[in-house]
Amino acid sequence: MKRILIVRYGEIALKGLNKSYFINKLVKHIKANLSDLGELKVWHSGGLVYVDMDGYDEEEVIEKVIKVFGIVSVSPAYEMKKDMETIYAVALKHMQEIIEEDEIKTFKVESRRGDKSFPMKSPEISRMVGGYVFNHIEELKVDVHHPDLMLYVDVREKAYVYSKKIAGHGGLPLGTNGTAMVLLSGGIDSPVAAWMMAKRGMNIEAVHYHSYPFTSERAKEKVIDLARIIATYCGNIRIHCVNLLPIQKEINEKCPEDEMTILSRRFMMKIAERIAKKRECHALVTGESIGQVASQTIQGLTVTNHAVEIPVFRPLIALDKVDIMDIAKKIDTYETSILPHEDCCTVFLPKRPVTKPRVDKILQSESKLDVEALVKEAVENMEVIEVSIEE
Amino acid sequence: MEVYLDNSATTKPNKEVVEMMLKGLTDYYGNPSSLHHKGVEVEKLMKTARKQLAKALGAREQEIIFTSGGTESNNTAIIGAVESKKRKGKKIITTKIEHPSVLNVYKNLEKKGYEVIYLDVDSFGKINIEELKNYLSEDTILISIMHVNNEVGTVQPVEEIGKIIKNCTNKPILHVDAIQSFGKIKFTPSKLGADLLSISGHKVHGPKGIGGLYIKKNLKVTPIIYGGNQETGIRSGTENVPGILGLGEASKGLYENIDSNLEKLWTLKNTFIEHVKNEIADIKINGYEREGSAPHIANISFLGIRGEVLLHSLEQDGIYVSTGSACSSRKNTKSHVLNAMGLKEDEIEGAIRFSFSYHNTQEEIDYAVDKIIKSVKDIRKIMKR
Repeated sequence: MKRILIVRYGEIALKGLNKSYFINKLVKHIKANLSDLGELKVWHSGGLVYVDMDGYDEEEVIEKVIKVFGIVSVSPAYEMKKDMETIYAVALKHMQEIIEEDEIKTFKVESRRGDKSFPMKSPEISRMVGGYVFNHIEELKVDVHHPDLMLYVDVREKAYVYSKKIAGHGGLPLGTNGTAMVLLSGGIDSPVAAWMMAKRGMNIEAVHYHSYPFTSERAKEKVIDLARIIATYCGNIRIHCVNLLPIQKEINEKCPEDEMTILSRRFMMKIAERIAKKRECHALVTGESIGQVASQTIQGLTVTNHAVEIPVFRPLIALDKVDIMDIAKKIDTYETSILPHEDCCTVFLPKRPVTKPRVDKILQSESKLDVEALVKEAVENMEVIEVSIEE
Repeated sequence: MEVYLDNSATTKPNKEVVEMMLKGLTDYYGNPSSLHHKGVEVEKLMKTARKQLAKALGAREQEIIFTSGGTESNNTAIIGAVESKKRKGKKIITTKIEHPSVLNVYKNLEKKGYEVIYLDVDSFGKINIEELKNYLSEDTILISIMHVNNEVGTVQPVEEIGKIIKNCTNKPILHVDAIQSFGKIKFTPSKLGADLLSISGHKVHGPKGIGGLYIKKNLKVTPIIYGGNQETGIRSGTENVPGILGLGEASKGLYENIDSNLEKLWTLKNTFIEHVKNEIADIKINGYEREGSAPHIANISFLGIRGEVLLHSLEQDGIYVSTGSACSSRKNTKSHVLNAMGLKEDEIEGAIRFSFSYHNTQEEIDYAVDKIIKSVKDIRKIMKR
């Protein structure tokens, strides 16, 4: 009898001929996430992935596995030989353990028979196991409609007994959908946007803008901390730190005050695109959400979008702030994001930013600047930081 | 050039201090409570350190206990005094501009039913003695006043308070937080009339993690840390020997050179303020410039500038200073001291604290002033629309 983690994947199962490519990626990421615990055996069989966690801290294993994108749910289970006497004994032992922990008064057994050669059919297995447990634990009753606990018996290559199904994040295995360059600020939104795109299988790189000395050095530390949290889901992240101050100074000097934010945003996009092309990234990702701030009106987004050629993904576009905050809390970035530090957007915040900018008018203002030289200089002077999970 | 002008936050330990501490970690590693020779030799060294601190303070050896730093000294003094006097009353007098290691103790005591009076300060950061007199009553058990304010350098009239208390029938305890005045102003606890007086090691070129508390002879203080009864039972716990030796060494440096140190500090501060005043328009000196102020702190508001920006800008030139307020635009935690002094919003936002050490040189100050002038000009140009 062994402790096993049963891992279920969702969307991958719908794939056609390339299914094994996705599954191999999934297994690889599970192994990678577990690597600091040791060499745990991970294998794929009959539409499920299994992790042998015998002798390991189960909570730790689950916590690490659950962060792998593509997983729908996991169940810590007992693995045993396909023999009804053994299954009875293990089911009873498992129930006794649970009753000790939680207050369980009613239960129901649900069985699956993947191995059709097994002599008993599923309903029969359920009935027999249920009866056995019922007869041995006095205070326990069966309730087939609203049980406090579902006890699962799976008969496949081996037999499995478990009761918990822990939800995963779903999505697709990392690296199955190219690489994205995320515009990562220290705020709540952009880490969530990064996480959401990573969840759809995209590898993540980041570009971070600051206005040192107008912004604090600690703001950069905060972004590194955030990247480290995201890295636990999507692996090591390279952050390109760009000082936007020289550009902001130019805009400040030569362009109308109310266009400060929108012009800066265009520069951020252009610089990000330049770096993305160099790093072979396939798209930009921003944390923009429609109507959230002055630069995120439809007109604002149109003008920002106009600055670049590569696709810009905005996974938060239709989410409310509270929804974004909920995800941030779920993925553990929230507490770090709300630490108070200036970001480069607040340094030259215009009193009345333009909310309905027009492309032609903005281009006219922009023509007063040597855009190419400024972008080039910014990219040349950027600092690159590699953030890895191990640190 | 690197110019460290944040000496009110912490100071660089003197070379002799570090050497002495190293000895405390290598050769003299015994536990001062041990009976054998290894313990006794350490106990002797600690005795010397206590003597050195006592001498620098102008107190008796028996009146000094070592603590883990200024915060613990303030906590022990206040909680210990209040606890031992709790039958006499529940009223405490302090000021609005104390350090958090004092103010936060009071917040907690208020929850326990104590009445805490927070005295106002004027635009220079000084309390009004008449106001204090008005609040004094039979049930006042403690008066706790900082000697020198850590943000603006204003000196409080502690000696006068000491005299007033002497005539009180109920004899409230006087606690003085002298963390910023020790080594910067000549005083003795008895001259101030202090019953309890806190000092910290790392503000006087000693190590961090060590502090001292002066407890006037025969004054009863209830401990807040219990254990093996070290430090006459008021502060249990095996002594931080390297820290204590380091603080002793730093104290020695203080009393041997106090006159020349003070003279140097005054010269540095005066020339600094003069230059800045002459070269930069739209500034405000917070607190007193000379008389009534400590010689190592100059707090200046640069109007139209955010302090943090100037701080980072100076940092690029190797100059380290502090903002008058730990303020950021998102979380408004503006300085409670400058606020109590009635400064306007932009004056608080533009405030920078320059704090000097006798190790700073005139050359460093000149360099710093040059860079300040340049930075302020640049930033004002960028921010001006």
